Amino acid sequence: MHKRVAMAAAVVIGVLSTGTAANASPQQDLQAFRNYFKTRFPDVAFDDYVNGPYALDKSLRAQWKSIMEFPPYAFALDEGKKLFHTPFKNGKTYADCFENGGVGVRQNYPYFDKKSGQIVTLELAINQCREKNGEKPLQYKKGKMAALSAYMSYMSRGKRFDIKVPDDPRALAAYRKGKEYFYSRHGQLGFSCASCHVQEAGKKVRAQLLAPALGIVASFPIYRSKWGSMGTLDRRFGGCNRNVRAKPFKAQSETYRDLEYFLTYMSNGLPVAGPGSRP
Amino acid sequence: MASSIRVRAIASDGVTDFKSLIRHPMDSGFVKDSKGKLIPPHYIKVVTVKWKDKTVFVADWGPAVSKDPYLEFKFKGGSKGDPLTVSWVDNEGQSDSMTAKIM
Amino acid sequence: MIDEKRRLLLKCTLATGAAGLAAGAGLISAPAFAATKPAQWPDDAFKQKNIDAATQALYGQTAVKSDKIEMNVPTIAENGAVVPVAVKTSLPDVTSIALMIEGNPYALAASFNIPQGTLPYVSNRFKMRKTSDVIALVMSGGKLYSTTKNVKVTIGGCGG
Repeated sequence: MHKRVAMAAAVVIGVLSTGTAANASPQQDLQAFRNYFKTRFPDVAFDDYVNGPYALDKSLRAQWKSIMEFPPYAFALDEGKKLFHTPFKNGKTYADCFENGGVGVRQNYPYFDKKSGQIVTLELAINQCREKNGEKPLQYKKGKMAALSAYMSYMSRGKRFDIKVPDDPRALAAYRKGKEYFYSRHGQLGFSCASCHVQEAGKKVRAQLLAPALGIVASFPIYRSKWGSMGTLDRRFGGCNRNVRAKPFKAQSETYRDLEYFLTYMSNGLPVAGPGSRP
Repeated sequence: MASSIRVRAIASDGVTDFKSLIRHPMDSGFVKDSKGKLIPPHYIKVVTVKWKDKTVFVADWGPAVSKDPYLEFKFKGGSKGDPLTVSWVDNEGQSDSMTAKIM
Repeated sequence: MIDEKRRLLLKCTLATGAAGLAAGAGLISAPAFAATKPAQWPDDAFKQKNIDAATQALYGQTAVKSDKIEMNVPTIAENGAVVPVAVKTSLPDVTSIALMIEGNPYALAASFNIPQGTLPYVSNRFKMRKTSDVIALVMSGGKLYSTTKNVKVTIGGCGG
C-alpha cells in the first residue's frame, strides 16, 4: 500500500518536473510540456512564450520594448537579405534550394530527412544548399550564417512551428535522444537543460532571468547584448554547456541537432519570432 | 557597401519622430580583447541631423554610448517625403552620411 | 574577427558615403561637413571624471533639481552594455540636454543640442560599468536643471 502511494507520487513528481515518462509519445510529451508551463505561469499567454524572459518580467519587457524601437539585429537582417538574393557562382540562389523560394518555411525546421536518417536544421540546410552549388560551407555560430538564418526567420514570422516526428523509428530515436539530452545532467555543475529552463524557469541566475523552455527556440537567431553580435542556436547551446562546466559539442553535431528537434517540437503551435534580441 | 546608418522617421500631427541606428563598434578604450590587449577607443563623437537645410539635432557622444548606437528625438515640422540627412564623425576621423525620406 | 570585418565595412562605407573620406581629405570647409566638425565636440567636459566637474566644464554653472524633467531608465539594467535612457521635460526654451553616468570612468555620456523647433526629448542607449546614478541635465532659458535616477547593474550570470 505504502509502496504503491510512493510510486504514484514518484510518477507525479516525474511528470511535473521533467515533462513526461521516457517512453511517452511526442504528442503526449508536448501536451504535458505545455500543461506544465500553463500551470506554472497561468498569466502568460501562449504566444508570449516566444518572447522568453520578457514574457515574465515587466521591467525587462519595458527595456526590451525600448530596444525593439530599432532592434539591434537590423543590420544582420539587411546583410542576410543581401546574401540570400546574391547568386552563387553557378547563377543559382538559396531560393532554388528551398520550398516556396525559402519564404515562410522556417516553421518546418528542423525536420527528419528520410534519405540520411538525420535531423536537418535550417542552418544545416543552408550549408547543404551552398555545397550543392559548389560553395564553401559557412561557419555555424555567427556572422553570415546567423544573418541568413535571421532573414529566413524574418520571412516566416508569425507562421506556427509545425515540426513532425514521422512514423520512422529513426525519427523517433532522434527525438528521444534530444529529449534525453534535455533532461540529463551535464557538466561539473550537474545541470540539465531542464534544471534551468523547466524547473527553475522564471527564477534568476545572478542577474539573469531564466527563460522557459517552451518557445525558447522561436526567436533564434538572436542578437545578444552580451555578445554584441548575432548568434545561432548552436552558439547558445555551446554557451549553456560552458555555463554548467560541460564541454560543448561541435556546432551542428548530432546531439545539438537532436536537441533542437526535440525543443522545436515542444514549441509546436507557437509563431516564428526570429530574429530576436536578448540580454 | 551598405550604409552604416539606418533611419526611420515618421511625420504625424506636425511632429516628426526620428529614430536611427548606426553601425559602429563604439569601443570605449576600457575593454580588453580575447588576448588581453586593450582595444583602443573608437567611437562616434558627433551626429548631425538635418531636415532640408535646417539642423534639427546635434548629438555629442562620448565612449559611454552603446555599440551600434540608437538615437531618437522629435522635431516640429517635416512632412512625408522630406529629406533628412544624417551624418556622423568618429574619433579616428572616419565618417558617414546618408539621406532618408520622412515616412 | 567580427570587429575586423566591421572595421573593413566602415572603411568601405567611407569610400562611398556622401560625406566620406573625400570630404575629410580635401573639402573640410564644405558647409555640409562643417556642422559635424569634431572641433565643436566639448573635449574638456568629456575628460572630467566626476559629475560636478563635467557639468561645470560643459555649462559653466551648477544645476538646480527640477521635477519637470522626466527620465525613463530601468531600475535594474538587463545588461550594462545596453541601458536605454530617455529624457523629456516640460521646461520651456530648452537648448541643451546632457546625460551623465556617475559610475563610469568619464562622467559625461552624451550632450544634445536642441535647436528651436526640436522637442525637448531624446532617447539613447548607454554603457554602464556598475550600479550608479544617472543624471539628466536640461538647459532651459539659460538656466540649468537636473534630475537623478539610480540604475542597478549586475554582472550577467549566464555566459555563452
